[in-house]
Amino acid sequence: MNVDEALISKLEKLARLQLSEEEKTRITSDLSNILDMVAKMEELDTSKVEPLVYISEEVNVLREDVVQNQLDKATALKNAPEEDIDYFKVPKVIDL
Amino acid sequence: MPKHNTLKSIQAAIQNGETNGVSLVDYYLSKIEETKELNVYVEVFAAEAKERAKVLDQKYKKDPTTVGRLYGMILSIKDVLCYEGHEVTAASKILEGFIAPYSATAIQRLLDEDVIIIGRVNCDQFAMGSTNENSNYGPTRNAADPTKVPGGSSGASAVSVQADTCLASLGSDTGGSVRQPASFCGIIGMKPTYGRISRYGLLAYASSFDQIGILSNSVEDAALLLEIMAGADEFDSTASQSPVKAYSKQLSFDKKVKIAYFDTALNHPNLDAGVKEETFTFISKLKEMGHTVEAVDFEYLDYIIPAYYVLTTAEASSNLSRFDGIRYGYRSPNATNFLETYTKSRTEGFSEEVKRRIMLGTFVLSSGYYDAYYTKAQKVRRLIAEKTKEIFSTYDFILMPTAPSTAWDIGTMSNDPVQMYLADIYTVQANMVGIPAIAIPLGKHENGMPIGVQLMADKWKEAELLSFAQKIS
Repeated sequence: MNVDEALISKLEKLARLQLSEEEKTRITSDLSNILDMVAKMEELDTSKVEPLVYISEEVNVLREDVVQNQLDKATALKNAPEEDIDYFKVPKVIDL
Repeated sequence: MPKHNTLKSIQAAIQNGETNGVSLVDYYLSKIEETKELNVYVEVFAAEAKERAKVLDQKYKKDPTTVGRLYGMILSIKDVLCYEGHEVTAASKILEGFIAPYSATAIQRLLDEDVIIIGRVNCDQFAMGSTNENSNYGPTRNAADPTKVPGGSSGASAVSVQADTCLASLGSDTGGSVRQPASFCGIIGMKPTYGRISRYGLLAYASSFDQIGILSNSVEDAALLLEIMAGADEFDSTASQSPVKAYSKQLSFDKKVKIAYFDTALNHPNLDAGVKEETFTFISKLKEMGHTVEAVDFEYLDYIIPAYYVLTTAEASSNLSRFDGIRYGYRSPNATNFLETYTKSRTEGFSEEVKRRIMLGTFVLSSGYYDAYYTKAQKVRRLIAEKTKEIFSTYDFILMPTAPSTAWDIGTMSNDPVQMYLADIYTVQANMVGIPAIAIPLGKHENGMPIGVQLMADKWKEAELLSFAQKIS
């Protein structure tokens, strides 16, 4: 698998990351090495194998549909980088 | 105070009036101070631990029957577990200053039995790493030799027990993060069946792999802590509803068992000669004890790591998308608009190893590559799970080294991620399949560092695994 600049910049956009030039160089070569290592999986014939998705054996663990385990507003806002008494404060979203 | 290796011996000393909660806390605090250069604790809850010990001592003095089963147990916790009112950061800048608004279910159950939590210990950032070098707080050092790593990602949890700064520690194990450091530090490390302990309040890395695990000096303490933490939890629907056994009361073992090992594992080119020799010596010892130990074929060993890194990075990229600088955690002061708030906060907040894994995970989940990588890895996961299950239809346990070598020198693994990932070869199978596994010490390598060996059992066979480990360790 060829890891090029275009792929790295597409992944940065998808992952909401902006790598420095040095990080980009290292991560490009690391991803390429890791994908070479991962390519080993191709040796296995899995054409008749179903993907294993869930490791938990529990089926439909339900509870009563009642409001519970809620943080009160003050507690929820305590860890906010910026807040305004009742709300999380965010940078301007729409430019007018 | 002499070093105590079990809660039982501590509780006996309390009963004889030789010690009490306050003296124990003072003792461990002095050990924490003495071993400061190992960089184990990122926060010590000194005043609070003393106060809690005082209250518990008074309760005990009034009526010894009123204290919980963990009275006298001084515990450290990995910096990925929520303890209400205390900071938790996953050793990352992105969570600096984050105060847990609630306690993890596992933590709460231990507190309810009167455990004392003495501090929060270092780890690899978001539990991603095998050396404890990938941390916002700098590397933790191995107490057996400070020029060596303690392993990871629960490296400092292992050292906290090894250096006698607490009796036991909680870590998390996604691909060996409890067992490998336990073996690098010469102690016990236990990872239960997936879903045995609730993950509520454990900061997520890869949700279908993560389990809270125990690091201790003795199997009996691991059994007791597991017994108390395990069980259904209304806050984690993947936690098993099956009843929890009284592991700590079922530790006697008289049966002769059948144990499998993999030729491919013990004759692997990457396995250190000294570790190999010790493992075979241990196998001979087990045979002398009357157990059957046989080599079996396991053709998937070299496919475990490739599938593991596809699946865990995919889950990590999804889990870590919650860190956006909006509701909690680090927000970049350099952002001027909404999108930049996401991008700059994440870029400045995560370490390079975390970014590497997010990038890989994003890739394997992206359109056009999803089937070739992610679905393929899920299929390989099923092959490994079915083959493992088949082995357990004939054998009680699978035996493996914990790691291919003893602890590495600090600084030697940081530049080659692939080499570091491949060193997880023996521990990852248990997480891929969701089975319980325990690492126990196996003496010392001729280089002076501890060696460990690992036993795995079929799902929900913790009682058998612990009692057998108790018998042979």
